[in-house]
Amino acid sequence: MNREDFPMLEDNIVYFDNGATTLKPRCVVEAMNRYYYEHTSNIHRGDYTAAMITNELYDGVRNLVGEFIHCDPNCVVYTSGATHSLNMVVFGYMRKHLKKGDEVLLNKAEHASNILPWIKLREEIGIEIRYVPLNKQYELTYEAIEKSVTDKTKVISLAHVTNVIGDVRDVKRIGKFCREHNILFNVDGAQSVPHMKVDFEDSYMDFLSFSGHKMCGPTGVGILVGRKDLLEEMEPLCYGGGMNSFFEEDNSYELKEVPVRFEAGTPPIAEVIGLGEAIRYLMNIGMDRIHEHEMKLKKYLLEKIKDFDSIILYNKSSDSGILAFNLNGVFAQDSSVFLNHYHIAVRAGNHCAKMLKDEVQIKNTVRVSMYFYNNYEDVDRLVEALQNSHDIFKVVL
Amino acid sequence: MDENLRREIILDNYQNPENRGLIEDKDYLKVNTNSESCIDNLDFMMKIEDGIVKDIRFDGEACAISTSATSIMIRKLIGKTVSEVKTILENYRNMIYEKEYDSELLGELNVYDQIHKQPNRIHCALLPSIAVEKMLEELK
Repeated sequence: MNREDFPMLEDNIVYFDNGATTLKPRCVVEAMNRYYYEHTSNIHRGDYTAAMITNELYDGVRNLVGEFIHCDPNCVVYTSGATHSLNMVVFGYMRKHLKKGDEVLLNKAEHASNILPWIKLREEIGIEIRYVPLNKQYELTYEAIEKSVTDKTKVISLAHVTNVIGDVRDVKRIGKFCREHNILFNVDGAQSVPHMKVDFEDSYMDFLSFSGHKMCGPTGVGILVGRKDLLEEMEPLCYGGGMNSFFEEDNSYELKEVPVRFEAGTPPIAEVIGLGEAIRYLMNIGMDRIHEHEMKLKKYLLEKIKDFDSIILYNKSSDSGILAFNLNGVFAQDSSVFLNHYHIAVRAGNHCAKMLKDEVQIKNTVRVSMYFYNNYEDVDRLVEALQNSHDIFKVVL
Repeated sequence: MDENLRREIILDNYQNPENRGLIEDKDYLKVNTNSESCIDNLDFMMKIEDGIVKDIRFDGEACAISTSATSIMIRKLIGKTVSEVKTILENYRNMIYEKEYDSELLGELNVYDQIHKQPNRIHCALLPSIAVEKMLEELK
């Protein structure tokens, strides 16, 4: 779908590294260019025409996010990306509200940005981190979570969709359980918000983080959505201009309202505007259509490679456009270098999920991650390359 | 160098690397390359006695270029003095980055003289030399 909107696809490449970042459609880059060429100005400070155009566009993105994921626009915080958002939750809210011995439930398929901040917080205040076991398909089930909860559990923090296995967690059911048991529900939406319909309120989420660049938007911008009462209680991690009402010689000060109190300094204005354009673009296509399309492509790929003896698959059953595999006896990076000879972009490595090796017993995989602009021909080209992989070292060495 | 011969040397050293497998010995210097790259994870250990490299061993998971370069590099360095090792590493690095170097000093390591054409593989080829340099720093 919509391939003509992506200049990079004119170069005849197959881009299957969408889990890392996505390509940018013209409209997003043009929206940012208009800011740079036609109405460059800082926000909330100017009374001239360019500044008013910028303000309107910049502030308007909160409404778009609200519509996109169904949340209160006043609870939308602009950040530098999902990693920043997750760190704000852990160090801005949890550090203040958790105490020694409180349990946080994670799992070993999580990205570094939803594990390392918690490990650091554990070091600082002595919370307990527990890992909910994955099932045989390396997926996290509602039942496993329910079984792991104790009366000390204060937070469940997980990715809606994981970035290697790609299993879609039942956030609505988990969220409802959390709400009923007075457990905070923190969701990393970096791999779900770009690919499927996500509903913040309907899924009882307390915090949701995601990045712009994984959803056709620019790098350097992301979103944190939080429940209003929790954001009111969250500490800013950064202080400066734009986020205070006053400060005086006697050391008194007052912060502005949520969410601007979390946005000290000049924010990534062009990037926020670009993200807004990306959201509009995705909503026009339709999130359900995007998810359906990716699933069709994944099914088609699995069907095509089902008789390939040389491929070890790790996540056939997961309900997203992510496929993790290895070629038998070949190091993942050599496989990705091989595919690059066919102009196919994939990712090799541990994908920042460094604990997943404890469950899968393999450190590195090749990851194919799809998006709506991939088509059946892309899959055919991948399959053809994989068919030639018996010659891999003739190609990569 | 003939392309087939080049490929054969690299592949042979990848599939049958020498000095693979770590041993328990407190007299060895040790380093892990995990911090150097997200994916190539090799452990190195090296024993130096009277200013001479007596042994180098390695183990772990890495790509064909890193693994083969490690195997060839270790073979090249065992038996050399610390100062000879430094000269070899300097010339090797110069070759990788297309600067002037003495190919006579490098022997089979010359198989990587075209690696600059694949920028994403430069780090793979440099991995063993970075590891040895780190262990030499520990000596100071």
